[in-house]
Amino acid sequence: MSKDGALTPNPMDTIMASRPRTLYEKIWDAHVVETRDDGTALIYIDRHLVHEVTSPQAFEGLRIAARPVRRPELTLAVPDHNLPTTPRRDANGMVLPIVDPQSAAQLAALERNAPEFGIRYIPATAKEQGIVHVVGPEQGFSLPGTTIVCGDSHTACHGGLGALAFGIGTSEVEHVLATQTLLLQQSKSMEVRVNGDLGPGVTAKDLIMHIIGQIGAAGGSGYVIEYRGAVFERMSIEQRLTVCNMSIEAGARAGLIAPDDVTFAYLKGRPMAPAGAQWDAAVAYWRTLHSDDGALFDKSVVIDAATVEPSVTWGTSPEDVVAIGGRVPSPDDFADESKRVAVQKSLDYMGLTPGTAMTDVPIENVFIGSCTNSRIEDLRAAAAVLKGRRKADNVRWAIVVPGSGLVKAQAEDEGLDRIFTAAGFEWREPGCSACLGMNPDKVPAGERCASTSNRNFVGRQGPGARTHLVSPAMAAAAAVTGRLADVRLLGVTSNT
Amino acid sequence: MQPLTCVDGAAIPLGLKNVDTDIIIPAKWLKTISREGLGAGAFETLRAEPGNVIDDPAYAGAPILIAGDNFGCGSSREHAAWALGDLGIRVVIAPSFSDIFSGNAVKNGILPVVLPQDAVDRLMEVARQGEPITVDLETQTVTTPYQDRFAFTLDPFRRDCLLGGLDEIALTMARGTAIGAFEAARTSDQPWLMRGTAI
Ligand code: SF4
Repeated sequence: MSKDGALTPNPMDTIMASRPRTLYEKIWDAHVVETRDDGTALIYIDRHLVHEVTSPQAFEGLRIAARPVRRPELTLAVPDHNLPTTPRRDANGMVLPIVDPQSAAQLAALERNAPEFGIRYIPATAKEQGIVHVVGPEQGFSLPGTTIVCGDSHTACHGGLGALAFGIGTSEVEHVLATQTLLLQQSKSMEVRVNGDLGPGVTAKDLIMHIIGQIGAAGGSGYVIEYRGAVFERMSIEQRLTVCNMSIEAGARAGLIAPDDVTFAYLKGRPMAPAGAQWDAAVAYWRTLHSDDGALFDKSVVIDAATVEPSVTWGTSPEDVVAIGGRVPSPDDFADESKRVAVQKSLDYMGLTPGTAMTDVPIENVFIGSCTNSRIEDLRAAAAVLKGRRKADNVRWAIVVPGSGLVKAQAEDEGLDRIFTAAGFEWREPGCSACLGMNPDKVPAGERCASTSNRNFVGRQGPGARTHLVSPAMAAAAAVTGRLADVRLLGVTSNT
Repeated sequence: MQPLTCVDGAAIPLGLKNVDTDIIIPAKWLKTISREGLGAGAFETLRAEPGNVIDDPAYAGAPILIAGDNFGCGSSREHAAWALGDLGIRVVIAPSFSDIFSGNAVKNGILPVVLPQDAVDRLMEVARQGEPITVDLETQTVTTPYQDRFAFTLDPFRRDCLLGGLDEIALTMARGTAIGAFEAARTSDQPWLMRGTAI
């Protein structure tokens, strides 16, 4: 900042345009309102998603300061975290009350705040309701080349469409509501290049878990990751969303995959996507959104796809990843003293003994859902494993929570709900559910859960709950065998 | 926001790595619509263990917390910063922080101090002896009664905000004309971007 606090135009603007740039730099440059002398930039925010948990204090802040929302049409509000996943209406179609008074108050606050500030709100009972990160892409609200924020760290998800998307805190939610901008320091860029092909039965979830295992839970700290290589080009948008979703588990601010024809085909015709001549203009712009040849990354990580196996976590950090054929590690396997201590703590919490084969670990719960893996392809992948099979007797609770009402309806059209229920799963209403257990869906203390979510933190799925992160197909395989299991041994070779 | 210039006092030697936001404040505490009172839920799981360092009377009222790598990783919940603030923490010292947490901390008048692991280890020792630690944001140094002196840096904007207790939203709102110009250019070049939910 100069002495009088004024902001100066970015002298780098012209230089930047003439040298090869990364995708991240292109999106960043296109959103700089002003650059300050101290190196921070005022960045314009194109899309803002709001849910009930991280927004009440932001709206309250606006109210106290008598500040309006600058661009209400650039924000979309959806309840997801607290909502029970049991039916939302009774037999007569009446909306059922939320039993937990605190959840009810938080949900009511969003329902009140959104119209008060002129923000579009999708109610809990609408078929479009769902997890914010499922709803944004599904509605065409999330678009390539946009900056997308949400008071939620898994906002990184939308990077699967080629958007610069990242989580923010509540003060920043308030800042975006009031100014449609954020004051940011540019992150460093990291390229994660995956060469070759994924083997049979290895999915996008397995790949991103493997990547996190390689670079570590803090390995991406300070970086925006761009995932590059033919593997990602061949992925569907849903798979790309899964990959980018977990960028935050490697500590990265955001994850990006360059938009391409697959992206455009996915978005075309979505309710909030551009149409007609504007669609053509948008696509023409989106085609420029890729890292130029010769663009420099601050860091590069190269991974051979052939080395990736169906993956599972054993500990309480997403970096605690092992191939399903592997064993529970011992603290002695780690050189770093503080990691040894952490591993011992994790093993105690998880109730695991070093050397145990992962496929010998019995599970009592299965959760298929979360913004990582609750889209239609995820449900199809799980259903493909479950078809004609049933959950093992020791699996006490198995639950499928579609990412949105639209995913749920589509799955029902395809008959997937009947496959799940025949296999002994409960078929639920959309929301975050047991991903973080803010609603009634929790894993009991001391019990294990094969979960398609993104965090295996201590107490994440409920106090004392033990989480093993897996792909949807692997969660289904665990349900059927009653243990963590290699889905390939059930004859499954699909990459979804 | 309460300005922060110099903090002097006992430090809680937590020392753990990858202290995620679920550890700092579990999900069940997120159902509040207020910023207040979250100290009661801070480190709930850790504090259930007898003899835990957070509740050790030796560190009662300590304004400084010392932790390991990647402090505040995980969720974007600002409740983590509110909970620490409610416990009376004004400074967290660690070898590294998650990006989102350090931003949230500063916005709530909490200073994240990044120091190399060996400096953090040394401060852990000092803290365990119950000696006070001084964190001076003006000179960007951490000192101890044993003549230890460690320099740290914070980006200048965050430093200004903390030192002055500034309202960042008001600062940005003062740039409304520039934001308006940016929006006008957008509306003519890429009108679909400005449409959002208005369909
Ligand atoms: S599904 Fe889980 S990770 Fe995703 S937004 Fe909800 S709580 Fe967060």
